Amino acid sequence: MKKIGIIIVCLSGALLLYATQDFPRWGDPNSPASTHVSPRYILKTLEETDVPNAVTSILADYRGYDTMFETTVIFTAGLSCLILLRVFKRKDEECYYRHISTGITFCVKGDKTIDDCSKEFERIDTVWTPYDLIIKTVSRFLVPFIQIFALYVLAHGHESPGGGFQGGVIFGASLIIIAIAFDLRTSIRRFKEKIDGLFSALGVFIYAGIGAFCLLLGGNFLDYKELARVFPFDRIEARAYGILGVEIGVFIAVMAVMVCIYVNIVSEGRHDEGL
Amino acid sequence: MEALIHHIVANYNYWLYIILMMIGLYAMIAKNNLIKKLVGMNIFQTAIILFYVSIGCKKGATIPILPEHGEGTAEHLIKVADYINPLPHVLMLTAIVVSVSTFGVALAIALKIYQRYQTLEEDEILMRLRER
Amino acid sequence: MIPQLDIFILTLVIVCAVAAISVKDLLGSAILFGAYSFMMCLLWAVMGSVDVAFTEASVGAGVSTVFFVAAVFRTTRRTKD
Repeated sequence: MKKIGIIIVCLSGALLLYATQDFPRWGDPNSPASTHVSPRYILKTLEETDVPNAVTSILADYRGYDTMFETTVIFTAGLSCLILLRVFKRKDEECYYRHISTGITFCVKGDKTIDDCSKEFERIDTVWTPYDLIIKTVSRFLVPFIQIFALYVLAHGHESPGGGFQGGVIFGASLIIIAIAFDLRTSIRRFKEKIDGLFSALGVFIYAGIGAFCLLLGGNFLDYKELARVFPFDRIEARAYGILGVEIGVFIAVMAVMVCIYVNIVSEGRHDEGL
Repeated sequence: MEALIHHIVANYNYWLYIILMMIGLYAMIAKNNLIKKLVGMNIFQTAIILFYVSIGCKKGATIPILPEHGEGTAEHLIKVADYINPLPHVLMLTAIVVSVSTFGVALAIALKIYQRYQTLEEDEILMRLRER
Repeated sequence: MIPQLDIFILTLVIVCAVAAISVKDLLGSAILFGAYSFMMCLLWAVMGSVDVAFTEASVGAGVSTVFFVAAVFRTTRRTKD
């Protein structure tokens, strides 16, 4: 296998290196990539859509159809992780419980389980983790600020680098921090699986829903100018608000899917113990 | 020979990107462990994204965020050569998203393979498949 | 677009990539993969594509490394090659 690998790599590498003699110079402003459509986007983005960040306006307005299917791809990835890994029946495994008032730990094998919300017994992980006060306190302190930063990145995507996708990943990472610093069961209690699934579908629904709403109002699909008929802003600002609306949809979908993929991978589908 | 040296110096960055792509491709083909193959796939994807973004660069230009309502925002005052081409960035944002989604699903599949065959090495999996 | 910075970070990227696929420990490979993602993010920031750099920093050096470590936790840590 290694010899075949080296031969294939050398052949395709040589072919690509031979093709570089046709490339334009790096940094040339008149290269073919920068001369056909993108001058129009740069010149007209502020005047047509009132959004200074050219990347956000191209992503969500001029090429909004691609971004809708990108959101669908993320949703499909979360869904397929769920379908591949989720198991509901617990096989003959051991669960470890601790009696809270006396501190005795014991192991329960077989089908009998103790209720999750009983006040005298708490479930502990199979792999012993040390009780770390610093990590728990610091993460409990930091998580609200991380979430506010994620919302800031979403809301400020019009003027600074950012947008729906980056904010969604940061928000999902804050929920993953809770799952790592505390128990996986703590984070599942806060953000249940049903709500997670609902959010991931809600994000795609918001995006396609705004597009269909524009269609219902008389314009094309994802033509945000038509939103000015219903809301009290003019046709140019309507595009900026349409961009904000679809970015919110992308944010919600990405946040839910990041959490879904993490929880399913780290617990092998059983949603009981994790890192 | 002179022409070759001149050609390499002019396009050195493209050559380095192609070397990075070939490292990723080699890892995908020749490595035995499934997770190493995934790492190779990701290296390949990010190298292609790097190459694509680099063709949008312009010498002496700034980031593609136009200044707020102030000086130089009327259409005749914006010079296109002052701003980096934003179109490759947009396409590559979608590519990064697709890459992370593929990585997540591929890790889930690797987990299922491990649960079934108790190994992640490709030759051992093929052996156990033949024995069954 | 400073060429010296570019070549320096590109060399680091290639070293990280070669190391990530040759280390025999999967956890070390995960950490090197996170370092590779972060170097890529620096490259894009130097080239002026700040949106792509932001996305790669949050996705590659953040969430992708976490998925990798979670998968290594649930499977084995040693590899044969």
